[in-house]
Amino acid sequence: MKKRYLYLLLLPGLLFLTVFMIIPIFLTIGTTFINDHGFSIQGYLDFFKDRYFVEILLTTLRVSLFTTILCILLGFPAAYYISKLKQRKKAIMLLLTIFPLLTSPVVRSFSWMVIIGKNGVVNKVLLSIGLIEKPLDILYTPTAIIIGLVHLFLPLIIVTLVGVMENIETDLLKAAESLGASRLAVFSKVVIPLSVPGLVIGSILVFVGSFTAYTTPALLGGKQRVISTFLYQNAITLNEWQVASIVATIMIAVTVLIISIMNGLAKKLNPKG
Amino acid sequence: MQEKNRGLGLFTLLVFLFLLGPLLIISVTSFEGGNILKFPPEELSLRWYENIFHVEMFLVAFKTSILVSLGGNLLALLLGVPAAYALSRVEFKGKSVINAVFVSPILVPGIVLGFAFLRYIVGTYQLPIYAALFVGHTVIMLPFIIRVISSSLSNFDFSIEEAAESLGASKLGTFFTVVLPNIKSGILAAVMIAFLESFNNVDISVYMTGPGVSTFPIQMLTYVENYFDPTISAISVLLMFITAFFMFMVERLMGLSYFTKR
Repeated sequence: MKKRYLYLLLLPGLLFLTVFMIIPIFLTIGTTFINDHGFSIQGYLDFFKDRYFVEILLTTLRVSLFTTILCILLGFPAAYYISKLKQRKKAIMLLLTIFPLLTSPVVRSFSWMVIIGKNGVVNKVLLSIGLIEKPLDILYTPTAIIIGLVHLFLPLIIVTLVGVMENIETDLLKAAESLGASRLAVFSKVVIPLSVPGLVIGSILVFVGSFTAYTTPALLGGKQRVISTFLYQNAITLNEWQVASIVATIMIAVTVLIISIMNGLAKKLNPKG
Repeated sequence: MQEKNRGLGLFTLLVFLFLLGPLLIISVTSFEGGNILKFPPEELSLRWYENIFHVEMFLVAFKTSILVSLGGNLLALLLGVPAAYALSRVEFKGKSVINAVFVSPILVPGIVLGFAFLRYIVGTYQLPIYAALFVGHTVIMLPFIIRVISSSLSNFDFSIEEAAESLGASKLGTFFTVVLPNIKSGILAAVMIAFLESFNNVDISVYMTGPGVSTFPIQMLTYVENYFDPTISAISVLLMFITAFFMFMVERLMGLSYFTKR
């Protein structure tokens, strides 16, 4: 075949990724299973016995779950509304959604420090109307992390859902309505089932993104650790590379696990089979 | 759906208030005249914009970030364009695996990737911090370059290329005179998307700081942890302008579908 030269074009990129990404990742994972006597999973056993770490892992999972649920509850109706708009209005709304998505996560987390901080906008308003007597401690709590993460990932789920909902034929909705279905029935019997693929992809992106996000919990979480800040702390501040490698491996494992569970779910739920 | 659903419209409005309100609020705080960041500002001035240019660490970090993002972008193009071209031209058994390898840097959590870079690229391979930043950013830009250019190539009619070759043009000549001009806008969009991804990156850059070396977002992070003045607000406004410009450019080049397709 004279097309053989084409395979050569793949080589530089593959070689680069192998040397600078695949090998480092595999070595990071591999070293966690080796101790002085050879193969061992003792590192992991010690880990899951440590209450402090289990607490961090559970907090992170909880925060990610809340973030995902909130993103769906806020994002789904908004995406539906946008998908039904006329072309021009839809384009404007999409650009307004994409803009925060592309904006630096440092900027976006910082904006919440200004809003929910001790002297922030929320506290000022609540104090001035007399609803509270002393400022609320929202910043540097898991709640602050959830607010920041919802703000970070809501555009992602909206954009994903609009992409899927656009493909639901308007005729189908009109047909359902003309046959006497209420608006709520159309929404729950037609729109939601047909949006399942987008909902699953969107949820994966939000959950995995929240589980692994660093900037937002680093700025809004204060002393409250999540798994990513715990990894960074062990790698840089404490120089505990073995611990850091175990945490890194757990993060990869959870990510892979969630993606495969959700994919399996998507296959089951997909109305098109 | 003839009549407008008011409740849904109001709900959507509130969602957008939540999304854009915070960005609007920090934009307003950037015009503070006093010393302390607050909303609303006491008096208006542009002094904090001026202050950006007096903070040495921001200037140095900005230069580092630009160099790393542009240099990495160039290398990612050199590696990615041939790969995307080959992937769109051949069918073979393991193609989906190769494709998966090329997008894998997006799938590995950034904070994990950064740690692996620190441990092996800086540690074992003994690359200097600057070089490690450059390599690391190339790795994270490569998937975006390949994905955008591949989608651009999927719209290209390869029979034009075959026609040129049958008329006696060399393979390389055909690529540069026929294929490349046709995917120009895809390449430009790829460069801009990859640049934003790299320029805003925190997760891998946060591991790669050394004496005098640090990227712009990391310097912002350090600043926020130590000072709480409107300098960061002013920087945020400038960054939002750059972001908006890039977004409109990509929209022009690729259409909105780039952002909505998953």
